[in-house]
Amino acid sequence: MREVAWAGAAAVLDPEVPVLTIEDLGVLRDVTVDERGGVVVTITPTYSGCPAMDAIRHDVEDAVRGAGFEHVEVRTVLSPAWSTDWMTESGREALAAFGIAPPPPARPAGGPVLVQLSVRCPQCGSARTREASRFGSTACKSMWLCEDCREPFDHFKAHR
Amino acid sequence: MNPLATYAMRLGDDALVLSHRLGEWVTNAPQLEEDVALGNVALDLLGQARTLLSYAAEVEGAGRSEDDLAYLRDERDFCNVHLVELGNGDFAVSMARQLAFSTYQLALYERLQSSTDETLAAVAAKAVKEVDYHRDHATQWVLRLGDGTDESHRRMQAGLDRVWPLVDELLGTDDIEQSLVAEGVAVDASTLRPGWDEYVDGVLAEATLGRPEGLRTPPGGGRRGIHTEAMGYLLAEMQSLHRAHPGATW
Repeated sequence: MREVAWAGAAAVLDPEVPVLTIEDLGVLRDVTVDERGGVVVTITPTYSGCPAMDAIRHDVEDAVRGAGFEHVEVRTVLSPAWSTDWMTESGREALAAFGIAPPPPARPAGGPVLVQLSVRCPQCGSARTREASRFGSTACKSMWLCEDCREPFDHFKAHR
Repeated sequence: MNPLATYAMRLGDDALVLSHRLGEWVTNAPQLEEDVALGNVALDLLGQARTLLSYAAEVEGAGRSEDDLAYLRDERDFCNVHLVELGNGDFAVSMARQLAFSTYQLALYERLQSSTDETLAAVAAKAVKEVDYHRDHATQWVLRLGDGTDESHRRMQAGLDRVWPLVDELLGTDDIEQSLVAEGVAVDASTLRPGWDEYVDGVLAEATLGRPEGLRTPPGGGRRGIHTEAMGYLLAEMQSLHRAHPGATW
């Protein structure tokens, strides 16, 4: 039961980055099903003001109902605070394929902090890139330029 | 009103009103990237305001919603500081305000993460990562304008002078806050002063700007609902749609 409900919720796409599911993003935190089939889905926002949350909430309700559950409640929690370290490997690959440079790899627990030397251009792969603005078209992205192919691109910035 | 509801409302009102001011820059900023940057900062603050005002309404227990608090209160019921309602003015005034406010807010949220109140701690832990970007953004502009041309230096210094007298209210405290500090719920904003001074002084020195001296500090009163002339105009614009079309959604 829980696996079915989870799969329904997990397939919901982020409306602003429609190649990422909310599971890839780390926004989906928990799904529980009680003995009468009532589902509670717990999600967490990426940024405090993320305007996609309302849409995600509705999409999750629809998706879990579509998976055969009548009673669906979506709860939003703030703690623990979302981090790009929660983004899945497949999510990072999907972002790059979509033309958005993914955030740096998750830090190993207790291990050394990895220093990110550059953001690779998702178009041509060059490491000769520079930040044009720390803020981008959505709260989670910054704007970059590639010095080699001369194309601008979005970078899903590290948030931890 | 319950001190906890008042405290959450103060933090929420600061975030809401500054968010509105920053939103006014969108399509008016000196660069396209800056429209985007200030829109993003405003959105972060609006998100914080929504959670804080929802919580204030919940603690108050009078059946009000975040929208009731944002759009249906009158000027005397808003408890934000004067700094955030100040008109945008020159871009350098807005950047001086961003430096002053985000330096305060970052230090506040860093400490509020360990509040004994779970909701305030969660809001702070989430927002602290966002405000780190806000302070960096403001710092970069103050450095660029201060250590730029004669004209940009002059205007950045003037911006700083305009904002400086309003900082005392921001870093002030009162009995309501103190009653919550004793319970480990709130942060005593006056204890943020040394860290604020250290950071801002460092930026000013690098930006070749002078720390304003001898300016008259206005009496303040924002926390008690006493506002400057700018506040009425701000609310008129911010609330007009909701009041004309109650319950409007899109």
